[in-house]
Amino acid sequence: MGQIQLNQVTKRFGSVEVIPPLDLTIEDGEFCVFVGPSGCGKSTLLRLIAGLEDVSSGHISIDGVDATETPPAKRGLAMVFQSYALYPHMSVRKNIAFPMRMAGIDEAEQNRRIEAAAKALNLTDYLERRPGQLSGGQRQRVAIGRAIVREPAAFLFDEPLSNLDAALRVGMRLEISELHERLETTMIYVTHDQVEAMTMADKIVVLRAGVIEQVGSPLELYHAPRNQFVAGFIGSPKMNFIEGPEAAKHGAHTIGIRPEHIAVSAESGPWSGVVSVSEHLGSDTFLHVHDTGLAESFTVRADGEVNFRHGDRIYMTPREDVIHKFDAKGLRID
Amino acid sequence: MARAVTKNRKIINTAAAWAVGLLIFFPILWTVLTSFKTEATAIADPPVFLAFDWTLENYSVVMERSDYMRFLWNSVIIAGGSTILGIIIAVPAAWSMAFVPSKRTKDILLWMLSTKMLPAVGVLYPIYLMFIELGLLDTQFGLVIVLMLINLPIIVWMLYTYFKEIPGEILEAARMDGASLREEVLYILTPMAIPGIASTLLLNVILAWNEAFWTLNLTAAQAAPLTAFIASYSSPEGLFYAKLSAASTMAIAPILVLGWFSQKQLVSGLTFGAVK
Amino acid sequence: MATQHSRSAARVMMAPAVVLLLGWMLVPLIMTLYFSFKQYLPLRGGDLGWVGLDNYVRFVTSSAFWPSVVTTLAIVGGVLLITVVFGVLLAVLLNQPMWGQGIVRILVIAPFFVMPTVSALVWKNMFMDPVNGLFAHLWKFFGAAPVEWLSQASMTSITMIVSWQWLPFATLILLTAIQSLDSEQLEAAEMDGAPPLSRFAYITLPHLGRAITVVILIQTIFLLSIFAEIFVTTQGSFGTRTLTYLIYQRVLESQNVGLGSAGGVYAIILANIVAIFLMRIVGKNLDA
Repeated sequence: MGQIQLNQVTKRFGSVEVIPPLDLTIEDGEFCVFVGPSGCGKSTLLRLIAGLEDVSSGHISIDGVDATETPPAKRGLAMVFQSYALYPHMSVRKNIAFPMRMAGIDEAEQNRRIEAAAKALNLTDYLERRPGQLSGGQRQRVAIGRAIVREPAAFLFDEPLSNLDAALRVGMRLEISELHERLETTMIYVTHDQVEAMTMADKIVVLRAGVIEQVGSPLELYHAPRNQFVAGFIGSPKMNFIEGPEAAKHGAHTIGIRPEHIAVSAESGPWSGVVSVSEHLGSDTFLHVHDTGLAESFTVRADGEVNFRHGDRIYMTPREDVIHKFDAKGLRID
Repeated sequence: MARAVTKNRKIINTAAAWAVGLLIFFPILWTVLTSFKTEATAIADPPVFLAFDWTLENYSVVMERSDYMRFLWNSVIIAGGSTILGIIIAVPAAWSMAFVPSKRTKDILLWMLSTKMLPAVGVLYPIYLMFIELGLLDTQFGLVIVLMLINLPIIVWMLYTYFKEIPGEILEAARMDGASLREEVLYILTPMAIPGIASTLLLNVILAWNEAFWTLNLTAAQAAPLTAFIASYSSPEGLFYAKLSAASTMAIAPILVLGWFSQKQLVSGLTFGAVK
Repeated sequence: MATQHSRSAARVMMAPAVVLLLGWMLVPLIMTLYFSFKQYLPLRGGDLGWVGLDNYVRFVTSSAFWPSVVTTLAIVGGVLLITVVFGVLLAVLLNQPMWGQGIVRILVIAPFFVMPTVSALVWKNMFMDPVNGLFAHLWKFFGAAPVEWLSQASMTSITMIVSWQWLPFATLILLTAIQSLDSEQLEAAEMDGAPPLSRFAYITLPHLGRAITVVILIQTIFLLSIFAEIFVTTQGSFGTRTLTYLIYQRVLESQNVGLGSAGGVYAIILANIVAIFLMRIVGKNLDA
């Protein structure tokens, strides 16, 4: 069980309010991702849930029980830290055993759970090693193992993949998702990487300056961003924004069109510009287009085979049905 | 990037450095050598360097005559006791400053260091008077307390620097894992900081061992450590070179050995981290 | 990382150290201030009442005061000059590639670990004794008359002894600082055509500036209060009575506590002036 409810929660550091009153419910078994640019308060929010920081006002309840004043150890949550925070002077086995030792679980049960976790995480051969002798990915698994054995109500992940290299990150991402499928335990996952958010989450919470900009499933956020910030944050490469007369034609202050929703041609189209850089990824080509008369810079995702070069003039056609419209305040117009 | 250096250059460097090194070390070397000479050879003109009849007589004479063991024991108790007591008091303080910093942490730390700068002579009489009143004059306990207090800022400082290098997330992980504050300090912080605590211990034993203001002024016969023992040789009638050398060698040997182990910590410890 | 709980725990855990140091600082300081305004002669009548600023005036107008200030400054200045100059040279030398670097380092650092009473006595008797000292032998070997070091050249002798003790400290710190110099900087300067001496003057020396300042400040604080070296060699005679030693004599030898305390207050003020600069540097480093 692990339903977590935040009710009018705020956090101030001195006179600086990093989190204005905030309400959020994370359902039992949900994979919830907090995403936002650095400094948006997502880690602070996680630490409030963990109990590593006090809330300045408001209430946090876990499974319907008020846990606002409960110390972190008693909340029944497990956390995986960005730096893994393994105990360097203990073997992997002792690291994983530590929370159970603190909880006073008997040794036979400890060993049973350690063996099970080690097997699930491919750590069986490494149990007697120290963290210093492990690779980044293995350390990550130990940190997860230490969290699993507690059988917590919910797992908290604080940017757990940011210290891994790109290839490993994709692998661990899958492992964590599989873990969630298997355990069906609530997971709260903090990241600044919208790709991680999109690929892993059941529910994404987009934060900016401590304020929730939008809550929804990955595709809801992609298809119907509530405002210009979410629209620009979700999706890669970023959505193109156009203001002025072109937007006015659609009855909006600003319109947004994703790079993948624009067709390019060498001959004709409603918009045109000059290619400044073309990035060939093999599967796709990203064209950075200047002198469009629409926006400072413009990105288009084209087929992997197109062969435009620096200085070529191209013509672009947007898909009218997926143009996003925003008013002067940046809010979505439907 | 390191680069191959011509062999000649390296030979010149080596020769120069060794010459300077030996010159600086010479007084110590000479003292050690003299301690194995007879009194006559010790003052021979021209001086004898190595070709003399080596004898251990001076050591046995010094140990018999002057109750050397009692001075040594006092030094051990005073240096060791003040350091251990200091560390017990400093660990919690350093934990607080390193892991729960507040706006005042820096000021408190600097203030603590500034107490170290108080010239001892400025407060000599008050301390002397208090020692008489409290019956602490010429006691091991009194010196343990005073040396603990004068080294406490350095101990706090050194531990603070070591603790700062331990990521706070690890302690938070322990907290999430259900450890109480006591368990967190005992099972996680202290084992992780063992190297730092050890070098703090080492440097402060050295400083306390060599302290020669309070140990000279607050002791007489009972609690006098080796600093006072050596100072007693300054009177002319005690002037026997070979025996002075033997006594000196015994007084500095243990600390020289410890000191060589603690070279690295010495710099950050004594400069309060201003030079790394 | 701070919850209300951990913050209050932190205060409790910091309390013993803070309280002890506060007591250690304030109690004697207040007593010294108190005595400094009194005519207080423990062996000749004890507390003879308040005398206002008399002690302060008497201390600075006594014939011993200015010479002791000059002596103090001369020793501190001389030792600083010697240790910093030779410290830099030694640090540069020890930083060169060579065989047995570790052993040389150990040899150079060794004097720092010798207790002050030992080094003072060894130098006084075995090197500087006008009859049996090694220097006397050396002088005679070259046909010169032996020097009575501690009486004829007392200041030089003391400066020498103290410099020998502190040179390792300066060298070790400067060596640490030099080793943190990015060698690419020196290589860049070399590519720019700077000869070795210019590289030293324009790159190495400025890099050492901060370390040199720290060495000067810390040594000044310790040197202002050197005691054992004078206690076992000259006992303050032959013009080697420093401010510290003068105060010590007033307090413990002539038992004029009021006068000595006034001197102590001057010493504290002097040390604090130096300490302020040192704390500023340390404080800056804390922010970084």
